[in-house]
Amino acid sequence: MSDFWKRFSRNRGAVIGVVILAVVVLVAVLAPVLFPQSPWRMVQRPFLPPLSMDQYPLGTDALGRDVLAGLAYGAQVSLLIGVVSTAAALLVGIPIGALAGYFGGVADDVLMRFTEFFQTVPSFALAIVLVAIFEPNIQSIIAAIAIVSWPPVARLVRGEVLSLRSREYVEAAILSGQTSATIIWRQVLPNTLSPIIVLASLMVATAILLESSLSFLGLGDPNLMSWGYMIGAARTVIRQAWWLSFFPGVAILLTVLALNLIGEGLNDALNPSLARRGR
Amino acid sequence: MAITEPVLSIENLTIALPEGADRAFAVDDVSLQLFAGEILCIVGESGSGKSMSANAMMGLLPDLVRPVNGRIVFGAVDLLDKTEAELMDLRGRKLAMIFQEPMSALNPLMRVEDQIAEVFEAHRLLTPKERAARAVELLTEVGIPDPAKAAKAYPFQLSGGQRQRVMIAMALALEPEILIADEPTTALDVTTQAQILELIRDLQQKRGMAVMFITHDFGVVAEIADRVAVMQFGKIVETGTADAVLDDPQHAYTRKLIAAIPRLVAGQAPTRKEKPPVLEVENLFKTYRTGGGLFSKPRVVEAVKDVSLQLAEGETLGIVGESGSGKSSVGRCLVRLMEPDRGTVRLAGQDMAHLKGEHLRAVRGSIQMIFQDPYASLNPRAKIGRIIAEGPMAHGVSRREAYKRAARLLELVGLDVSAADRYPHEFSGGQRQRVGIARALALEPRVIIADEAVSALDVSIQAQVLDLLADLKERLDLALIFITHDLRVAAQICDRIAVMHQGEIVETGPAHDIFNRPQNAYTRTLIDAIPGREKELAAAG
Repeated sequence: MSDFWKRFSRNRGAVIGVVILAVVVLVAVLAPVLFPQSPWRMVQRPFLPPLSMDQYPLGTDALGRDVLAGLAYGAQVSLLIGVVSTAAALLVGIPIGALAGYFGGVADDVLMRFTEFFQTVPSFALAIVLVAIFEPNIQSIIAAIAIVSWPPVARLVRGEVLSLRSREYVEAAILSGQTSATIIWRQVLPNTLSPIIVLASLMVATAILLESSLSFLGLGDPNLMSWGYMIGAARTVIRQAWWLSFFPGVAILLTVLALNLIGEGLNDALNPSLARRGR
Repeated sequence: MAITEPVLSIENLTIALPEGADRAFAVDDVSLQLFAGEILCIVGESGSGKSMSANAMMGLLPDLVRPVNGRIVFGAVDLLDKTEAELMDLRGRKLAMIFQEPMSALNPLMRVEDQIAEVFEAHRLLTPKERAARAVELLTEVGIPDPAKAAKAYPFQLSGGQRQRVMIAMALALEPEILIADEPTTALDVTTQAQILELIRDLQQKRGMAVMFITHDFGVVAEIADRVAVMQFGKIVETGTADAVLDDPQHAYTRKLIAAIPRLVAGQAPTRKEKPPVLEVENLFKTYRTGGGLFSKPRVVEAVKDVSLQLAEGETLGIVGESGSGKSSVGRCLVRLMEPDRGTVRLAGQDMAHLKGEHLRAVRGSIQMIFQDPYASLNPRAKIGRIIAEGPMAHGVSRREAYKRAARLLELVGLDVSAADRYPHEFSGGQRQRVGIARALALEPRVIIADEAVSALDVSIQAQVLDLLADLKERLDLALIFITHDLRVAAQICDRIAVMHQGEIVETGPAHDIFNRPQNAYTRTLIDAIPGREKELAAAG
């Protein structure tokens, strides 16, 4: 473990990513404590510019709501949707990829054609359609994001499993009479973990972007303050009140950047043979 | 040999490894001299630093490894002081190198003649037309059949031996003074190896080159060396003429290495009572079909053709053959890692070849396999104890009982019981192979198939593992099928031997008869090609 951290921390960017993400998580967790009032509550006059009142350092929006409080609650929504939808996508993608890769033949053909079916539809368009069909709430958004983001997982896992299943230790397991389910679960999947973890960290970032885009288009959960919604609501007044879209934008940028940096660091740490060579 | 100046001398060379490696120096205070017109063999086990010394000469050391002391004097200059550009000029022209794996040393997308021409081009010699002509001349010299055609071929169209010949042609293109050969025959079959060794020896004599030949195989040393340097842990422990080192080794390590080489004399099998066969294979066929879509014909390879075998209780049967002879396919068909097309495999009354699903799973325990690669055959994310206990657990043994059995087996194969709580990467190749053996024994099989089980191991470790197998076989009354390309190993461990060639068994018989009175022409070529055989026969009188 300490060895892992040593390799991870050799990538300076990854450490910065961890710090940024830690701040975002902290803010999300502490949001109800820092801002006991609902972020939807009007607290001051509309369009209060940043730094003009100590109590509302980032100003207020078109309806006089506190931007800073909105950011804090938005962090909750973004992280929740990012993590849960990624977990859901992994739950779909890993079994499909593992079964296709392990059994090959007809099973592989059927499962991969099914996967390609989802891959050929532009993912954002599909997400919009899905959210529009169901009513936009947090469950349907998570479901939509998971549905459009599992195919790459399935492809990755299939490829890994294909190369692992011809390893001698898998053959030894077959010979020792273990069932296919045991072999996949105990011999094959643990060895696919590293690339899956790296992919997952990047998928969280993509999911946050997707959620923001959906909210920007007004397809977010109407009861939840999210970064995308804040930018979307501010787009008509972008020239009068730049701060309304600027701060949520920076929040999205930093969070996504942090996740990408972490993903890269994880890649270096988990696949040392692929890591850039130390000079 | 007249006393002359060496063409190349290595003086007190020390090469440091990066921090955290298993030792501080890859090469530690090594001094060597290479004279014109001699073949100097550097022998050692893996990790002894033998390749690192050669790479230092060519300026091909890995990034984090650097020489910290010593000189490599060639002519009047120190190669270690040379800049990359100066080295580039020397490489190929004065010093040339051939490698172990010709497929990865050649560019797969270039025709052979272009690759040879590139050597001239790199040194700005000759016109393109002359280069092409020279390429064909060189290919003729290294004895490739139909050189004009081979010049137009891509590497994948040539056999392993032919590719190594192309590599040699490239190395000789600029008539270097020194040829460094790093395990050039290790990846080749024994008959091809014999041809390549002969070629290297011929060319060396014709051109008066100095050859530095790096190998782990004392058989090869006996065939080709004038002088020998033995390396261990980065140090040279012994140097001398080939005869002196082989016949009268001074250093304990050299003696140990030479003693570990399996002798080519197959013992007369002890006359045993006729035991009932435990495994009977009849008319086994396996054909591979690859490729072949709508528009192309599939490539068909008959890997196993009408193979019949019998294995008696407590017997060791060797299946020997060169790569592509189908010996591994037979092994895999027997354990059903591969589906045979036709034929029966009767194991204790059951036809293994046609069982399915649960039935197959249930009888699998009685025939087990030991794999070749000790690094790929253990799950890197499982502890040793679990690796061994998994099999019994899959057959309904309780977890406690299975782990107890694993501990017993670890002791049986000569490992400490505490190994059960450790991961495979903490063990050496030989220890891992012991774990592989323990795993195979965990299901109390009646037959064990060892597929090149010692081929990946150093010779001293190999000897230990072979001893272990022989001992276990005796104690547990196992029947063993030993698949190998190495006839020395087969001679040492097998009671009977089946020789395979192109998917068929060409000869079967007691080991002693196969080695002393081979009936089949192919068996004879195979046995004649074993490196070091003549020397051994001479020594035996």
